Amino acid sequence: MDILGMLSNTASWIISPTTIAYAIAAVGLSVHFGYAGLLNFGMAGFMALGAYGYAISILSFGWPWWAGILVGAGASVIFAVLLGIPTLRLRADYLAIVTIAAAEILRLLFTTMLFDEWTNSADGLGGYHDSFRAANPIPPGEYGFGPWMYNEKDWWVRIFGFVLLAIAVLIVWSLMRSPWGRVLRGIREDEDAVRALGKNVFAYKMQALIIGGVFGAMAGVVFALPSAVVPGSYVTSLTFFIWTIVLLGGAATVFGPVVGSVIFWVIMAALDNIIPALADAGILPITNIQAGVLRYIFVGVALMLIVIYRPQGIFGNKKELTFVK
Amino acid sequence: MPTAQIQTARKTLSPRVAVGLLLTFVSLAFALFGGMSSAHADEVGAEYEYAFSGNVQYQDKPVEGVKISVSGNGYDAETVTDAEGKWKIGVPEKEKYTITMDESTLPDGVIVAEGGSSVEAEFGLSGKKSVNFFLGQGERVVVSFSDQLIARFFDGINFGLMLALAAIGVSLVFGTTGLSNFAQAEMVTFGALAGLFFSTVLQLPILLALLLAVVASGAFGWSLDAGIWKPLRKKGIGLVQMMIVSIGLSLALRYVFLFFVGGSTLQLEGAGDAKFQIFGPISLAMSDIISMVISIVVLAGVGFWLLRTRIGKATRAISDNASLASSSGIDVDGVIRIVWILSGALAGLAGILWAYFRPGIKWDMGGQILLLIFAAVTLGGLGTAFGALVGSIIIGVMVEVSSLFIPADIKYIGALLVLILVLLVRPQGILGRKERIG
Repeated sequence: MDILGMLSNTASWIISPTTIAYAIAAVGLSVHFGYAGLLNFGMAGFMALGAYGYAISILSFGWPWWAGILVGAGASVIFAVLLGIPTLRLRADYLAIVTIAAAEILRLLFTTMLFDEWTNSADGLGGYHDSFRAANPIPPGEYGFGPWMYNEKDWWVRIFGFVLLAIAVLIVWSLMRSPWGRVLRGIREDEDAVRALGKNVFAYKMQALIIGGVFGAMAGVVFALPSAVVPGSYVTSLTFFIWTIVLLGGAATVFGPVVGSVIFWVIMAALDNIIPALADAGILPITNIQAGVLRYIFVGVALMLIVIYRPQGIFGNKKELTFVK
Repeated sequence: MPTAQIQTARKTLSPRVAVGLLLTFVSLAFALFGGMSSAHADEVGAEYEYAFSGNVQYQDKPVEGVKISVSGNGYDAETVTDAEGKWKIGVPEKEKYTITMDESTLPDGVIVAEGGSSVEAEFGLSGKKSVNFFLGQGERVVVSFSDQLIARFFDGINFGLMLALAAIGVSLVFGTTGLSNFAQAEMVTFGALAGLFFSTVLQLPILLALLLAVVASGAFGWSLDAGIWKPLRKKGIGLVQMMIVSIGLSLALRYVFLFFVGGSTLQLEGAGDAKFQIFGPISLAMSDIISMVISIVVLAGVGFWLLRTRIGKATRAISDNASLASSSGIDVDGVIRIVWILSGALAGLAGILWAYFRPGIKWDMGGQILLLIFAAVTLGGLGTAFGALVGSIIIGVMVEVSSLFIPADIKYIGALLVLILVLLVRPQGILGRKERIG
């Protein structure tokens, strides 16, 4: 077994674009679920809007990369408003079912042959990188050390992702210690009490849904930056993985989702290295394909165990999650 | 109906006549004379070093103006055949691509005889690959719109009845425990897989195997309640937490199925049988007829059970008011156990019937209809068993009939939109009562 190679491979996931993208989406979901108490199960839809908004703006309309990002953000705002109007006045689990259905509608619309001209249907979009790479200030070359050796393109994606993540975390941190954040947490604990104080509960929830949704779209952009946009990525499992990350790190914490994403992907990468190696060595009596599936079973079991035994997550405070009834 | 698509069905007239067909130019020829042939063909993507090419002929005569398209790996291109029937499309990468011939551009009376009009092609050692379609004599039969409507409506009833079996389980569980059970999807898949296990691995006769599969599904429902849901209720876990636990369970079970059966599509015995005409435009396979009869009998049985038996009445009492039911001496835990067994068995039966309807068994087949089940339950009214039945049939008919007007690959969208609109206009559903919304 190539233990050093496995360690290096696992370590590289700490700052992979996927980890950063999931972290940004998880920060968005923490605004929805952790701070506002909204059960958004449509994060995959917000991410798909970010990714497709970015790719289609560049490929079909020839706009620059930053305009593509703005289009993705705008699309997610519209999506959040459309979702919120019918459901934010209803019971929490209705929002869960509506958001999951809306995300599936988006995925089907991106998959269908009907809009093939713009979405390239099931094959997805690629080759939109030129504009973003042209803005790269890093001179060509290999940088980094140990497992983190990347060329200038890879660093540019990572650094850009980090900047977006830092902005998202900063926004959440400052919002949640502002009066706005206190009202939002009040709504999470007892909606009627806050309404009795004369606050417009619906407007606060809508604002939270929009802010978290824009973070979701940004996550979609970062997810799309290094590779391609394929509709098969934006399935409900993606949403469930982000939920696992948020609950793992701590839903009502600022840094919990970020750390949760790193832990999640490092464990996933480690399992992806270790299980097939064990299967190859004959220690586990399973095929290589089965070895690849096993880690997803662990995700499901982990999600159940976290919710049952530690719903506040690693960094959370139990008092912050008493609203989960 | 201007947007109505004309559905085309294929009928090969006579295999003997159809042998006259096609043609084929070998890849080697193009590999050697690639430069020469490209001079003739209307070439697309000439800037790439890899290329697919072909030669379309029918009864030894070239066919001009046939549209050929290549897609895959984020690349798309199309061309038409030239006067010699040749075409060539360059592609950027040495990967697998899908090559499609547009059958509507073929001359009248000619169809793609074998292999279908869409094939996957990969490069061998060289950067050129020839792809040929085998043409044959045949006709595309155009079915009238009203006949299609009737046929789809009938398919929709069949699909709706099957959905109802799964939806009633969701609805009863929600009514008695308040849980929106996302793992119902995996209970559906479990039934189909159990049927496959008993019929192919244990080699039992198919009817006995399917009966055992339904029993096993009921036992599966019981074990989920005994192993997970009952302890969680005792622990006093909140409903939102329970719902997320059901999502985790759904993920875990889905991948357990993938672990054991792999990603391929498997078939139960008798699936995909020939269809025969019942009357008018309606043609059904034997499995469709049996499926509808079973659904109707079982649904009627569940209705009778809910309305006439003591336990059925107790179930409805708990759905109305659990604490009142408990204080009137109803054994709530016992009833919930029965509801889980029933829910598992019905979901398993739905899975078996769906395996015949699709046809095929796949590890994530339940997940594909989970949202339709939720849409049906919400439309009918969460927690009301008869609402789930009404909602399922409406959703089933809607999904099938809507595919006449919209492409089949987005036919589920209508049902999902209904789900959202119902919550906007009448969140309690058709048969639900207002106070359930909270």
